[in-house]
Amino acid sequence: MAIQVTSRPTPQTGDFSVSETAAARVEVIMARYPEDRKASGIIPLLDIAQRENGGWLSKEAIEWVALTTESAPIRVYEVASFYSMFYTEEVGQHVVQVCRTTPCWLRGSDTLTHAAEKHLGIGLGQTTEDKMFTLIEVECLGACVNAPMVQINDNYYEDLEADAFKRILDDLAAGKQIEYGNMTGRIGSAPVGGPQALKDFDPAVNAGKPLPDYSVPAE
Amino acid sequence: MLADQDRIFTNLYGQHDWRLRGAQARGVWDNTKAMVTLGRDRVIDLVKASDLRGRGGAGFPTGLKWSFMPKESALPHYLVVNADESEPGTCKDRDILRFDPHRLLEGMLLAGFGMGAHTGYIYIRGEFYNEASNIEQAILEAREAGLLGDKSEATNGWNFDIHLHRGAGAYICGEETALLESLEGKKGQPRLKPPFPAGSGLYGCPTTVNNVETIAVVPDILRRGVDWWTGLGPERNRGTKLFCISGHVERPCNVEEEMGIPLRELLDKHAGGVTGGWDNLLAVIPGGSSVPCITQDVCADINMDFDSLRAVKSGLGTAAVIVMDKSTDIIQAIGRLAHFYKHESCGQCTPCREGTGWMHRVLERMAKGQAAVEEIDMLLEVSYQIEGHTICALGDAAAWPVQGLIRNFRPVMEARLSGKKVDVAEAMAVAAE
Repeated sequence: MAIQVTSRPTPQTGDFSVSETAAARVEVIMARYPEDRKASGIIPLLDIAQRENGGWLSKEAIEWVALTTESAPIRVYEVASFYSMFYTEEVGQHVVQVCRTTPCWLRGSDTLTHAAEKHLGIGLGQTTEDKMFTLIEVECLGACVNAPMVQINDNYYEDLEADAFKRILDDLAAGKQIEYGNMTGRIGSAPVGGPQALKDFDPAVNAGKPLPDYSVPAE
Repeated sequence: MLADQDRIFTNLYGQHDWRLRGAQARGVWDNTKAMVTLGRDRVIDLVKASDLRGRGGAGFPTGLKWSFMPKESALPHYLVVNADESEPGTCKDRDILRFDPHRLLEGMLLAGFGMGAHTGYIYIRGEFYNEASNIEQAILEAREAGLLGDKSEATNGWNFDIHLHRGAGAYICGEETALLESLEGKKGQPRLKPPFPAGSGLYGCPTTVNNVETIAVVPDILRRGVDWWTGLGPERNRGTKLFCISGHVERPCNVEEEMGIPLRELLDKHAGGVTGGWDNLLAVIPGGSSVPCITQDVCADINMDFDSLRAVKSGLGTAAVIVMDKSTDIIQAIGRLAHFYKHESCGQCTPCREGTGWMHRVLERMAKGQAAVEEIDMLLEVSYQIEGHTICALGDAAAWPVQGLIRNFRPVMEARLSGKKVDVAEAMAVAAE
């Protein structure tokens, strides 16, 4: 059920609270901003609240952020609804996000979406009955030279093909720990088969040199 | 091809240790103290003399931007690094963030020193979770080693600290004032300018926002010498640049190359060429999704720099080269981009909020052949109604790919809409007559 927006000035957190680890993390994050600019913590704290609440933001979780950052609840609702990484409705344990933008599309992102739909038996925007997976398409995730790719929770799975994608989904469903990143053993963003640049290059040759002579002032 | 010893990003592919010790072995944090000792004005003058232009897309001269910061001010100064890399096609900053974070931190120290800032924020897109983790660890290492913070002998006593801030999924936060709003804990809706951030930015204080790559190249420009940097690339477009080559090439990749490298050389040398050979090339988007596409005949002898691409009504943008071969449905390809802008519009200005959705819907219909030929001109007209009529450049960025499509592929669109099949090459020839 979607959250009802309210202009109630006092946050009501119900029985929402965070773990000790998360509370320590809150302190680290709030120390990054000036004392009188606590609102800067809204986005990072919404992230913490979402993790603590099983992947989505309940009304109470949002109001906890308002309380902690000394902000009006309405301001925090506003932010939670603006950013695509915040979910205001329940999601599955694994949020599967297929990148759909042109660079991924050119290299077959539609195949990945269709494979996932068929494999999980759900459509885009839906969650499996066992609450294991939510499937969505998202806009550019910024790994375009490793297209097509998907993000599942915090991790990228790059250079992905339909069969490997299905295996990943099966492994996650079985509760296995799986490797993320590049699915073909490729080195980062280097071309398949190894880069043309920086081949057999010792990166230390640029180290330990003196600074150019800057004693003559520029005109 | 750029010589390996002229490359700055020697760990672009993450083959070496990204941590402090590994970075120092590659020369990062070398002579930092000596560079700070040059003095604030000298650092800015050297960056000005290097002709470095911003690597985030607009290509604004970096040294000039820094010089807009007030000399004296009662308010704190801030340096904010824009690591909200989200322009479709672009994935260069990600490699710096995850594999060379210390290069960025050292650049921030020098930039912060140049503009009189004691605090720097890195605003990283929320999806880059593992990259953010590397940055966070790098910051802790640098503090531990006395490279950041107030007791820093290594930096000649300049008190500078860096904080990480993760976003939460919004392309618009790559726009500098939307980024500042977001950093203040609000929706990422761009501010009207003026005032510019150098006068009133983060928390109303003087602020400069720079792209990751821009900041990360600064230490090496000073360390190796301005002459070395200006010896690379054509006039006004100096130095090296990270290119992201995606789409229909044999081997997509990121690579650091000299500015002004011919597009064809870039694709052939590093990415194994266009799939199916050069003759199979349909079009290239040379600078991330926001710049208009260019056709094969233009691609044949275009150089990859700001001014050359501008001369053919496109742009270098973020140097994200999206290659499309002849199997591509170009209307659908641009339609996907229109969907992107529709999704990412912040909703603040009517022309953009309504126009991006309108353009997307028309393009979807056009891709299916369910539109009238006259709608092409209507679409073009609407794109002009959006361009230049919004607070920020997202409106322009949404309009330009559509304008590029119509300018370069009108015959393809007309053929689709009159229900006939057409050979692309043949149609182009007819249009040129």
